[in-house]
Amino acid sequence: MGTFPRHRLAAVALAATGVLLVASGCGGSDEAGDGKITLTVDVFGQFGYEQLYQQYMDANPNIKIVERGTGGNLDEYSPKLTQWLAAGKGAGDVVAIEEGLMVEYKANPDNFVNLLDHGAADLKGNFLEWKWNQGLTADGQKLIGLGTDVGGMAMCYRTDLFEKAGLPTDREQVSALWPTWEDYIATGEKFKSANTGASFLDAATNTFNTIVLQTAGNAQGYHYYDTSDNLVVDSNPAVKQAWDTTMNIINAGLSGKYGSWSEEWVSAFKQAKFATIACPAWMTGVIEGNAGPEASGKWDIARVPGNGGNWGGSHLAVPQQSKHQDEAVKLVKFLTSAEGHIGAFKAKGPLPSSPQALDDPAITEATNAYFSDAPVGKIFGEGAKTLKPVYMGPKNQAVRTEVENAVRTVELGQRNPDQAWQDAINNAKKAAAK
Amino acid sequence: MALQLDARPPAAPTPRGIRPSRAGWLSRVDAKYSPYLYIAPFFVVFAIFGAWPLAYTFWVSLHDWDLLGSDPTFVGAENYTRLLVDGDFWHSVVNTLGIFVISTVPQLLAALWLANLLNRQLRMRTGWRMAVLVPNVTSTAAVAIVFGVLFGREFGMINWMLDLVGIDGIAWKSDRFASWVAISTMVDWRWTGYNALIFLAAMQAIPRDLYEAAAIDGANRARQFWTITVPLLKPTIIFCVIISTIGGLQLFTEPRLFHSGTNAIRGGPMRESQTMTMYMFENAFAPYYNFGYGSAVAWLLFALIAIVAAINVLIIRRLGAGAQPATGKRKGKAR
Repeated sequence: MGTFPRHRLAAVALAATGVLLVASGCGGSDEAGDGKITLTVDVFGQFGYEQLYQQYMDANPNIKIVERGTGGNLDEYSPKLTQWLAAGKGAGDVVAIEEGLMVEYKANPDNFVNLLDHGAADLKGNFLEWKWNQGLTADGQKLIGLGTDVGGMAMCYRTDLFEKAGLPTDREQVSALWPTWEDYIATGEKFKSANTGASFLDAATNTFNTIVLQTAGNAQGYHYYDTSDNLVVDSNPAVKQAWDTTMNIINAGLSGKYGSWSEEWVSAFKQAKFATIACPAWMTGVIEGNAGPEASGKWDIARVPGNGGNWGGSHLAVPQQSKHQDEAVKLVKFLTSAEGHIGAFKAKGPLPSSPQALDDPAITEATNAYFSDAPVGKIFGEGAKTLKPVYMGPKNQAVRTEVENAVRTVELGQRNPDQAWQDAINNAKKAAAK
Repeated sequence: MALQLDARPPAAPTPRGIRPSRAGWLSRVDAKYSPYLYIAPFFVVFAIFGAWPLAYTFWVSLHDWDLLGSDPTFVGAENYTRLLVDGDFWHSVVNTLGIFVISTVPQLLAALWLANLLNRQLRMRTGWRMAVLVPNVTSTAAVAIVFGVLFGREFGMINWMLDLVGIDGIAWKSDRFASWVAISTMVDWRWTGYNALIFLAAMQAIPRDLYEAAAIDGANRARQFWTITVPLLKPTIIFCVIISTIGGLQLFTEPRLFHSGTNAIRGGPMRESQTMTMYMFENAFAPYYNFGYGSAVAWLLFALIAIVAAINVLIIRRLGAGAQPATGKRKGKAR
């Protein structure tokens, strides 16, 4: 050691440090090796875009499209998206935004490209009016997202389990079983007494979401927040009414208690452990994915109890950090065109938010082979143009989480309905204040 | 290098007015500063990836900072004062400590026992020793997912086996104590072998003649274990306790992936197994995106680890003081 030139060693040490720093600091390049522009699309669940990408790439040979997050859970997707936006790096060139989170993202519109600057104003007529407005900031100056799908509402059911329980299996007859949620519960009790080994429904939280959005849509058009962004969980009769109906469902012992989107829930699909699930149009793709090809033809779709409603639906946006904004906007326009809506619907079932697409025979006459050739276009499309949207407030997602968890504690027998209602109110207030 | 420095005659200042030769100056600078240069890589990297984030997190924690917002407002200690009266936060602290105790105590005992077994004359000794480390090299995520399925309420294998012996299924994911036990099992499965190997290494440093002498005195295996092995392993045991403490208080992946579905970050509908790091994530990221509040949680977690580490150090000092003479005596006796 003594004879080793020390400054050389020092230089080596310095160089090593330098290499480490460079290595840790460098990021990837998004130019594909062949000179093509790669556009990354971030989604969750099933958007059904694969065919459309191929079509777009064929028409635009300089573009390569990569989709990330397919089949994923919204709960895992939204924090990632937020981190990417906050870090200014990592987000795709096109990102999906679910309606419940739209208000939060809209509050900071500078994270996204203003689509009005890219001539999107001409496209207004291509969307249901409220869907268009959801993507627009409060001052109407910035449009951060173009609509993809709307929820629509139906009740999916397993015909094999209905048959086993001695219930009708024809979708018209099944729809006639439950004009109201009370009738739905009564049917559930009949199903339960037949001891098929399956529960009547998957999870009370899913049913609650459906009921609360339906009730609120039919009443004043808001649920957790009023349109002035005041938290009204405790005073909005629509929320309480939905809560009480859900409690009746739980008390009747109809829920399989499979926490929605959990591994148990997926297993329960595979093992045919429940007979019905409230299904917005996008849920049909989820059911098909979870229950697998072996259950093809064993599912069918009936009318939802009560009157219509909407749950979910998304927009596509282009983050400001995208290096290929122009190309990304073009892709968004294509995917949200009537043609894009129809393609997605055919692939995975999300219901178009474009009136032109809703009127297209490709939708109105569409049937879904997986769901016993149910006329999905007719079932979901019918109410879509008249459906009344529900306003989502600033901390909608956090508040919804609290109320859902309160439902779940009752379902699991941890709290009684009164305690849980208090929990829901207190925790929602806490969440809204954070 | 250090020797050279020490050997240099003291107090030999360069006479004023005479510039030292260039070579002499260089070598002096070299001798004085290059040691720092050699250790610099660690500190530079630590400063960038350790100290700076720590300081920045503290800065963030003094703000009302919406993760997406562009204009955080300074609020001083408000996040901390709110946090100190936040029931959900203290709930997560209790969960973390509870899981830590339930996992660490049996883990270290089992590791000790396992190491003792491995220290005997066995066929394929190396094979066994490698085998106990296998759980440690599997990915935490894979372990958590597999255990999450094993502990399923309705389709889980554990409940199925309980059912076979006539015990009602346990709600592993929504019962507070049961979920602690399930998560501890996961931690133990992964870390017991690792600790056993550390114990084993220390055991092999214990002179065999101690055991021979004890055997001649008529001590059986259990007696030998408790009066020779365990006391001589004390420093190693303390090391393992500290390592487990740091890991245990930061537990995240196992409880997070143990739960699946919507808002798994809560660790159950009533936050049954939400650890501090999970609570931090829930606040800093989804669904609250309150970066300031989440950062405050991070700093209190840091404080908690510091406190527990300090307690550990105190215990080491006490044990060390008690163990030293005793060890010396035994060694002396054996010789």
